[in-house]
Amino acid sequence: MPSNKSVSDAPIAQFTNCRILRDRRLQREDLWVREGKILNPEKLFFDEKGSADIQLDCKGSIIAPGFIDVQINGGFGVDFSMATDDFKSGIDLVSQKILSHGVTSFCPTLVTSPPSVYHQVLPQISVRNGGAHGAGILGAHLEGPFISKEKKGAHPEHCIRTFEAGAFQDLLATYGSLDCVRIVTLAPEIKRSSEVIRELTKRGICVSLGHSVANLSQAEEAVQHGATFITHLFNAMLPFHHRDPGIVGLLTSDKIPAGRRVFYGMISDGIHTNPAALRIAHRAHPTGKAIPVLGPAVGLAAKLPRRVCLPSSGLVLVTDAIAGMGLAPGRHTLGQQVVEIDGLNTYIAGTKTLSGSVATMDACVRHFLEATGCSVETALEAASLHPAQLLGIEHKKGTLDYDSDADFLMLNDSLYVQATYIAGEEVWRQDVLGM
Amino acid sequence: MRLVILEDYDQASEWAAKYICNRIIQFKPSQGRYFTLGLPTGLPRNHPESYHSYMWNNFFKHIDIDPNNAHILDGNAPDLQAECDAFEKKIEEAGGIDLFVGGIGPDGHIAFNEPGSSLSSRTRLKTLAMDTILANAKYFDGDLSKVPTMALTVGVGTVMDAREVMILITGAHKAFALYKAIEEGVNHMWTVSAFQQHPRTIFVCDEDATLELRVKTVKYFKGLMHVHNKLVDPLYSMKEN
Repeated sequence: MPSNKSVSDAPIAQFTNCRILRDRRLQREDLWVREGKILNPEKLFFDEKGSADIQLDCKGSIIAPGFIDVQINGGFGVDFSMATDDFKSGIDLVSQKILSHGVTSFCPTLVTSPPSVYHQVLPQISVRNGGAHGAGILGAHLEGPFISKEKKGAHPEHCIRTFEAGAFQDLLATYGSLDCVRIVTLAPEIKRSSEVIRELTKRGICVSLGHSVANLSQAEEAVQHGATFITHLFNAMLPFHHRDPGIVGLLTSDKIPAGRRVFYGMISDGIHTNPAALRIAHRAHPTGKAIPVLGPAVGLAAKLPRRVCLPSSGLVLVTDAIAGMGLAPGRHTLGQQVVEIDGLNTYIAGTKTLSGSVATMDACVRHFLEATGCSVETALEAASLHPAQLLGIEHKKGTLDYDSDADFLMLNDSLYVQATYIAGEEVWRQDVLGM
Repeated sequence: MRLVILEDYDQASEWAAKYICNRIIQFKPSQGRYFTLGLPTGLPRNHPESYHSYMWNNFFKHIDIDPNNAHILDGNAPDLQAECDAFEKKIEEAGGIDLFVGGIGPDGHIAFNEPGSSLSSRTRLKTLAMDTILANAKYFDGDLSKVPTMALTVGVGTVMDAREVMILITGAHKAFALYKAIEEGVNHMWTVSAFQQHPRTIFVCDEDATLELRVKTVKYFKGLMHVHNKLVDPLYSMKEN
């Protein structure tokens, strides 16, 4: 039937026969999209007397917001910490390939590197929207070099630095420019970290704690100055101790400023963290804002069963993927180091030190679901809503709320990605022959 | 009248839905020949429990109706009387209502035609009775001060003009109203009783709603269920024709 739209002439797509993740739960609802944003069909119906131009049958798929990976060091042979001549095409390649993993936005991550690398690489990273060319870039994540030598993990020791002398000026000199930087991971026990954290937070950069031997009070102080994230919880930090829980203790700390939430990244590839540890973190995190689960009962709606939703936590799934992700087992680089891949394990060549992962984001979501026994909604939110909240962009990314960006995925019941959409356009589809 | 008694809320709802479905198919609607379904009206537009949201979530979003053919009284219109008059005109232009589906209030009202409403009334603004306000309080977190006290409603006369009327009544709290509506006389204090004078009325209810009726009435109509059930035998879908 002809549509009569007074607001816009752009075509309206209606995705039917699907379950969408909205208001924290999977609901049997249609998804409406116009001009790259999620559309409110009720307003369209009553205010514009409009209707859909195209209807797509999703054959019972789950529709979830696109995944957001805030820690990915490279993939498919590309290493973001390596200043090569074709760096731009490298980042383009990765952003295009991760569409098949369900990632629609990401933060290219640089591990501890010499200043020259930052000066050459950072100007080549620009914040940009996603599309058919690849996932959107939200900004760089600089993991290091202001970290602890004792918890360097796979980072090269000779590049690790402190900012004791010039605090923020030292940091700026090391990185060169902070224009497209979104997240900085540092160790809060370094002297003058409070000043640095305050400066970074003032500039809208998310400060994360990681690769550190900080105790709980140092971590709490960092949070009070503005830190909001923990880089790969449990890895590269002091283990939980009952008299000093260290950074891990932030999950249940009572010194977090009111109204703030501390998010924590977890690499749920089955290797970096034992499933039991994953479950402890998932269950220990304090509740976020109260979610209104029971609304006024209206007519038929009152008769439908309502699932109880767990309160929102701060768990953020990350891949921490390295150049070898997507490639065959063997040797690859990670910044200044050489790493060896054997199955899902990646170690510094010749050692047993873990160095990043080769897991894909959708595999992490599936593993998280299985290991914790959580609901599908929780697993999906950990990869979409929570990273968006961490970066303060949940009003346009990470949800399927009306007027947010139409970046979404079609998944089957086992959470395998069938299709990826950015701004309402299909940018990747699973080949029917299963390639 | 027909009185169709089903066991519970779900069965009554399903029976009514199948009946409406069959009526639409029998009518053979097409481009330019619309089946006009009438429904009672309610709360102001902007409220999340507004009739617009209710109709969208429970009806419109599940079907392929052209939005231009969905007419809901607008409680926020600048001139309410004009809005009501325009509504009556739209009904007339559409060729009259083929089937009006409504419920019954505990005080026996149809739509918001409270006790004392004229049985020949048309669409107009009505002040709600306390009974109705109390009944609606549950949609406003039990806060009586938030419940609207006025509503636009189709009149009893408007509904009487429909070619067929279906009233759905479920629950023990409606039992007395049903008794007053069908076993006592036509009375403007129980406005649903007006339909005793309508040539084609069908009341669909559950067992609980019959609690105040005479056993004789209930037995008679239950005995007719085999006839009633023929009305909901599946017909071919319009699309298959």
